[in-house]
Amino acid sequence: MKTNLKLLSTIVLLIAFFSCKDNKGTEATTETTTVATPTDTKQGQAFIEGDVAKPNVLQIAIGSKDHTTLVAAVQAAQLENALVNAGPLMVFAPTNEAFAALPEGTVENLLKPENKAKLALILKHHVTPGNYSKDFLKKFKHLGQASNENVTVEVKGDDVYVGGAKIIASVPAGNGIVHVVDKVILPGN
Amino acid sequence: MKNIFKISIGFLMVAIAFTSCNDGKSSKSNSALSSSAAEKVYVAPGEHDEFYAFISGGFSGQLSVYGLPSGRLFKVIPVFSQDPEKAYGYNEETKPMLNTSHGFVPWDDAHHPDISQTAGEIDGRWVFINGNNTPRIAKVDLTTFETTEIIEVPNSAGNHSSSFVTENTEYVVAGTRFSVPVPQRDMSIKDYKGNFKGALSFISVDPEDGRMDIKFQILMPGFNYDLSHPGRGKSHGWFFFTTYNTEEANSLLEVNASQNDKDFIAAINWKIIEDYVNKGGGEKMATNYAHNIYDEETHTATSTMKKEVVVVDPTKVPGAVYLLPTPKSPHGCDVDPTGEYIVGNGKLSANLTVHSFTKMQDAIKNKKFDGDAYGIPILKFEDVLAGSVEQPGLGPLHTEFDGKGNAYTTFFISSEVVKWKLGTWEVVDRQPCYYSVGHLMIPGGNSQKPFGKYVVAMNKITKDRYLPTGPEVTQSAQLYDISGDKMELLLDFPTIGEPHYAAGCPADLIKPKSKKIFKLEENKHKYAVKSEADTKVTRNGNEVHIYMSMIRSHFAPDNIEGVKVGDKVYFHVTNLEQDYDVPHGVSMIGANTSELLIMPGQTETFVWEPKQVGVWPFYCTDFCSALHQEMQGYVRVSPASSNIELSWSLGDDF
Repeated sequence: MKTNLKLLSTIVLLIAFFSCKDNKGTEATTETTTVATPTDTKQGQAFIEGDVAKPNVLQIAIGSKDHTTLVAAVQAAQLENALVNAGPLMVFAPTNEAFAALPEGTVENLLKPENKAKLALILKHHVTPGNYSKDFLKKFKHLGQASNENVTVEVKGDDVYVGGAKIIASVPAGNGIVHVVDKVILPGN
Repeated sequence: MKNIFKISIGFLMVAIAFTSCNDGKSSKSNSALSSSAAEKVYVAPGEHDEFYAFISGGFSGQLSVYGLPSGRLFKVIPVFSQDPEKAYGYNEETKPMLNTSHGFVPWDDAHHPDISQTAGEIDGRWVFINGNNTPRIAKVDLTTFETTEIIEVPNSAGNHSSSFVTENTEYVVAGTRFSVPVPQRDMSIKDYKGNFKGALSFISVDPEDGRMDIKFQILMPGFNYDLSHPGRGKSHGWFFFTTYNTEEANSLLEVNASQNDKDFIAAINWKIIEDYVNKGGGEKMATNYAHNIYDEETHTATSTMKKEVVVVDPTKVPGAVYLLPTPKSPHGCDVDPTGEYIVGNGKLSANLTVHSFTKMQDAIKNKKFDGDAYGIPILKFEDVLAGSVEQPGLGPLHTEFDGKGNAYTTFFISSEVVKWKLGTWEVVDRQPCYYSVGHLMIPGGNSQKPFGKYVVAMNKITKDRYLPTGPEVTQSAQLYDISGDKMELLLDFPTIGEPHYAAGCPADLIKPKSKKIFKLEENKHKYAVKSEADTKVTRNGNEVHIYMSMIRSHFAPDNIEGVKVGDKVYFHVTNLEQDYDVPHGVSMIGANTSELLIMPGQTETFVWEPKQVGVWPFYCTDFCSALHQEMQGYVRVSPASSNIELSWSLGDDF
């Protein structure tokens, strides 16, 4: 009986399916299919799964336990896709400590939806189109950032400071390089 | 209980099935009103597309022809690269097309197609396209969809800010990317600065037959010239070129060419320079470049080496050349349909800079200069700026216009097309590209009359968008509907090579003029035959010429004897058909070349140098007819010492 019932429901289903299909068949010439235009924000190169390529700058940040604030900020500003394209991109990635050193309430405030544009501008101020090692950066006096503002490059002994933030580690990425910095670099305006 | 559960699930599923079916119907009944991407790109079997799109193949060296909105590929036109399918660059007739001052160069990097214009509107006569690597400009005839002329550009290297036409196709313009010593000479690379020159070439186009001729070259300072566009309407007579590397660095440009906050858009009044040259101005410089012309009547190309070019020193022509400061290594240089706005897409800038032609004219009139570069006056940025689009995206690259007051700019780094309003500079819409878009195209984009219905985005990165094909995947174009307030992504379609840039126009401009056959009686090929009675084989030393014909479904002659090892055998084959879409092909076993694919009424030639004694077959390679498989023949090859006389026949045994 059990089996019969299952069978019955299957048959009913099949009929339903075929009648539907037949229906379509007879109207083939007028048939149209509505394809939804992708509007999902979680689309783009950042969200391709099963990528065996070398991690990109965003994946490196996501994988770092010292950069959870930065990653949260990138997500809040919906800048993921800007960080995963062909680039090359050089990201100056402030640590959680660097964000924590900002005046109290700053980060919380920036993460609010109404401050998305402001947050995006600050984050873009940490991105250069280019891919230069710490040593190579010593050749520069300044860098042009994605915020459309420049940052200074200073060399003190072996250390390189970008916009006043010291590079404390560097991780090459598939589409550029991540320089970990000890300060948040704030744009002029 | 279990059963009841199952039954209810069964019913539920049936209900879902019905509902989804009904949903399908309801969306169908609404589709006449609501948006439907599939409906918008569907061109029913046998129907034609509304637009032609000519999309360059980038590093493939070719130009492909698509229909819009379907995205269907109709033809790959060989331009700068050999194509064994069509024997382009392989047969004796078209080999001269690829001749240059460096000898035979069978490949190039084809970038920016542009369709000819009359009175500022696309006229659909020719498409011009530039070869970057060994600087050349090609012309494709849009009655035959074949490359009919290629002119090499001397004193140029990396022919990138090309091949854009002025509003009556007075000129097709070619600017150099690399500055080089002019004339070329042995000197240290380190002495680049101040010594290398950037040549901007104005190639005149004959209004009747389209014949190209380098009228003059302007020898500009040693910057890199990236892209260009003509003035139109009020700014007709001017041409605008983006520059980068105004630092004149010769090494590590990714650092050294990004030092200046602003580079320039060079504004050239070509009418003033044309007048200067017509009155004997400029200097005749000795040079060497190839000019290759394909003649439709002889079906044969000839290559001529030219030895002289007129060069103009811009500082000697007052009022002709100005520099407009433009932020951060601008790439695209785009002029809106009215000719008022000149958009500089500063690829390292986060803003878009728009200059005003009217303000530029005022600044020139009032001599508001901010110094000069090698004697060329620099206008003040603030005096020519019409406005900026603030923070529209990352990595602006190219802007086109819909003719309704909107501009559409691609952003490479943020991978999107952004729509903004001319005059108010406000961003009104944005749509993502999958992925990393380069150029975009609106049919009629480089004209006073764009057809603002679709925009095609040409993407550099594909990744997961199609079924994978190993490490190399096809590059992708995307079609957006721009007829409404919001852009709507309709379609992805694959392309050949790198879809670098495109030009498009309504199909009706070209369709009625497309040639169906070549008239046999007009065939003036040196080795043409007009009937089977004319076919023959001749010998001149070790050169054998076969005057052969082809028609459904045999070759004449199809049995040839008396050919010897060491001979050079020319197969001159004429297609006697006079029926639309009945080409024949031919190929010979062991011939060190491609097949021939011969259109009705056309003659083509391949060379075969037999190395082995024997009886060797040839056959038709294009499935031409029910008896295609019978369309074949033999050549008997005897030892070099043989005394067998040449003989040929068709059907002698019967």
